[in-house]
Amino acid sequence: MSEKSKSIVIIGNGISGVTCARNIRKQDPRVPITIISGETTHFFSRTALMYIYMGHMKYEHTKPYADDFWKKNDIQLRQGWVHSVDYTHKKIVFQNGDELSYGTLILATGSKPNKFGWPGENLEGVQGLYSYPDLLSMEKHTQSINRAVIVGGGLIGIEMAEMLGTRNIPVTFLVREKGFWDNVLPEEEADLVGRHIREHGVDLRLETELAAILDDGKGRVKGVRTGNGETIDCGFVGLTAGVSPYIEIFKGTELETNRGILVDEKFQTNLPDVFAIGDCAEFKIAPGPDRKKIEQVWYTGRMHGETLAHNLTSKNQVSYQPGIWFNSAKFFDIEYQTYGHVPAQPREGEWAFYWEDASGKMALRLLFNEKDQVLGVNAFGWRMRHAFFDRAITEGWEADRVVSQLHKADFNPEFHKKLHRLLIAAYNKEKGKSLTIPKRSFIQKLIGSRA
Amino acid sequence: MKFLQNTGLTLFVLGLAIFTAIPFLGTWELDASMVKETTKEMHREVMVDILTPMYDKTYSSQFAFISEYSRHFEAYNESLKAEEKWDQVIWDDYAFPLTKNASEGPVSASPLLFLFLSIGLAVLGGLLYILPLYRNETAGIKNDGIYFSSMKARGWLGIVTGTYLIVFYIILYWYPEYLANLVIMVDPLSEVLSGGPASQWFLYGLIYTLAILVMGVRMFRKYRGNNYQTIRTVSVMFFQLSFAFLIPEILVLFNMPWHDFKNIWPLDYSFFYEYRLEGMISSGALGMFMLVWGILLIIIGVPIFTYFYGKRWYCSWVCGCGGLAETLGDPYRQLSDKSLKSWQIERYLVHGVLVFAVLMTVVTLTNYFMEFGLLGQATDQLHSIYGFAIGSAFAGVIGTGFYPFMGNRVWCRFGCPLAAYLGIVQRFKSRFRITTNGGQCISCGNCSTYCEMGIDVRWYAQRGQNIVRSSCVGCGVCSAVCPRGVLKLENGEESGRINDMPVIIGNNSVKLKS
Repeated sequence: MSEKSKSIVIIGNGISGVTCARNIRKQDPRVPITIISGETTHFFSRTALMYIYMGHMKYEHTKPYADDFWKKNDIQLRQGWVHSVDYTHKKIVFQNGDELSYGTLILATGSKPNKFGWPGENLEGVQGLYSYPDLLSMEKHTQSINRAVIVGGGLIGIEMAEMLGTRNIPVTFLVREKGFWDNVLPEEEADLVGRHIREHGVDLRLETELAAILDDGKGRVKGVRTGNGETIDCGFVGLTAGVSPYIEIFKGTELETNRGILVDEKFQTNLPDVFAIGDCAEFKIAPGPDRKKIEQVWYTGRMHGETLAHNLTSKNQVSYQPGIWFNSAKFFDIEYQTYGHVPAQPREGEWAFYWEDASGKMALRLLFNEKDQVLGVNAFGWRMRHAFFDRAITEGWEADRVVSQLHKADFNPEFHKKLHRLLIAAYNKEKGKSLTIPKRSFIQKLIGSRA
Repeated sequence: MKFLQNTGLTLFVLGLAIFTAIPFLGTWELDASMVKETTKEMHREVMVDILTPMYDKTYSSQFAFISEYSRHFEAYNESLKAEEKWDQVIWDDYAFPLTKNASEGPVSASPLLFLFLSIGLAVLGGLLYILPLYRNETAGIKNDGIYFSSMKARGWLGIVTGTYLIVFYIILYWYPEYLANLVIMVDPLSEVLSGGPASQWFLYGLIYTLAILVMGVRMFRKYRGNNYQTIRTVSVMFFQLSFAFLIPEILVLFNMPWHDFKNIWPLDYSFFYEYRLEGMISSGALGMFMLVWGILLIIIGVPIFTYFYGKRWYCSWVCGCGGLAETLGDPYRQLSDKSLKSWQIERYLVHGVLVFAVLMTVVTLTNYFMEFGLLGQATDQLHSIYGFAIGSAFAGVIGTGFYPFMGNRVWCRFGCPLAAYLGIVQRFKSRFRITTNGGQCISCGNCSTYCEMGIDVRWYAQRGQNIVRSSCVGCGVCSAVCPRGVLKLENGEESGRINDMPVIIGNNSVKLKS
């Protein structure tokens, strides 16, 4: 095969595409790899965009690899927007007319913010927050405004509220549901986050829908009207009602798509030598009983990239098989981690133990099946050791065992309040048990031994 | 609240302005009795003679006084040098004590008033500004707007601050005579503590300690809710106030050598110098204790504590340089360079200084035990080169003056020989590590950005690898600023501490070693 026919081209320089490129390069020092992105020349951490707006970091700090990393690893970076792909002749056509041939094509184009056809959704000052250009636009459109309205109670919405708060811009936060992110969080957790949002001075309106975004007559937003007819004046509207695969250029082509680009368990699309990974991919069959067909988090993007890289460089082909689910987020000051599956509504035969600290900012939910085996955990303001719950959930540890070992799961900084003591007391009281924490000797405490 | 803070800021700037103006206040008048009082017996006659033209003249500025003094003094020395009468040349520096004695005016008339108007107002203003910080805000990371700040992101305020500090250090180390009035101002305080008049080092120690105390209070406000930061800050405040400032002065009161019990060779590079050894040996039981304690810290304290806790037990909990960096320097921690290049430079420099310090000490001790039969001249030369280049220029001028340019740990990272020694132990034989929490890293970069030692923490965290680096001082800020709970400072079992080939948890399809 010629170099050209072997060459790998990746569209999209997010975590999926970049992880895939890095892992291919580790296994194969020679195959030509090109990463195309219209957004930025270099890979940056999308999750860190908010910190640039808040002044915690500058754009360059969000780049996980130094600029010379790509040259050192012989990975070509090409900035440009793709117009279309000619699958027959295996080439990519750029918007500016340039062409690029590929041997293997990996689509990792990510997502775009959802718009549901609201009147005025394309006005100036109305936007989502997903890409670097979105950030620049937000910076531009939030100068000297008196209020911002955020629509949609998910992770990006709350981040936007936090961002605007640091610029002292009053925020009204419209959430259609009864609680914040309550399609994911059980009631108590949704409440806890809701209280914290209000504590930060955000005007949180639950069970409130957006009816229309109002034009100031010059094509710029001047306010919104809610479902119950109220008008709220604002100079900026953040649309954060989820994201969907960014696949406009593939729709209506021979590439098979649904909501995303349809792939099998090896990320193969319906076309030979074309694969899709990350947010833009939609599995024909969900990769696990509790998993979605479209996985849109950082961690799954990374795993898709790792797995496809393996298949492209190894004779031993594997199917994508994610392990125990995990995710994390931060709601203003409250960190959230989850391991395993904790649905918003408990299912038949499952039971949960929920503990909340008196401060109302630290909480833990442990979910068990009918055999008392742990299924998942939601932790708020309480850092947990990933390895601990990965193992406990995989091995199906029983409730008492999990609760009495929580001190080993604790990942809070040293000298933090010992939350597991409080939790174990609450658990004993509620369940009529007498679990204890093994006592550590003075010497063990002194040297910080966990044995 | 804003009113209180603005008042505080105004008072601070006013205090700083008065502090800066004080050296210029008053007049200078020298007479023979002052010269007799100040000079050593062997120089007395000559000094009284060569300064005769200055007596009973009133100088309205210190510049005029000092330049006149230098003219006479240099003229005398130069003529001797020209005649190669090296043994008669006066090597002692009398400019500082003479300028101090000759100063007359408001400062010497009411030193305490001026102490209050300068350092006092600055401290008061600083506290007024700091105490209301983040009031009515929830506990959490307070890094908002750092990169928009002129002070904290190398804007003009940062440049002015850095320049002021650099100039202050240069005057302090090499032209202390210009600080004479400021030293007069703290004389009464020195009298109370040590029973003697102040030197420029007493002035410096006082400012240094107050900076750690006031900015330590700021740390409590900024990192509220993080007990590790609070306790660590209490620790550096305590060690600075007691061990570095009060105890040494009180020792002097009891006719003991000035001694900082927590300072360890080779940071305390003069520990084995002849005058220090003589001082300790001739000071009875307490002096012997100083000597034995100092040596025990070097050969037993450092390895044992570092084995159990990492170098943080010293660098970010006890050390004075570390104490200043962690309090006064905290606003600048994000300015450290994270590039691979700077890591390379760091390793050459810091280990180079360690080698220099060790060699110098070996020569010094050899010379000492051979009763100066050998290398007498060379030792003095080495001492003055080290003192100038490392002790003063590197640790002081660059170490602190460069806070607003290169972050708060320039000295600790690139220059401190003790940090190099602690780092070697930490890297190769310690229970300390920063544990990375499975696969939770999102590569955001907060950890790397806020690492004062310039460690690219994210490089390790995003591949699931624990951070075991000789330079890590264990300040805990990477863990504090991590939005996803990925990093934890821990002392634990040695096995599994260094995981060079980590596997990120969560993907069962393949087990990839990063």
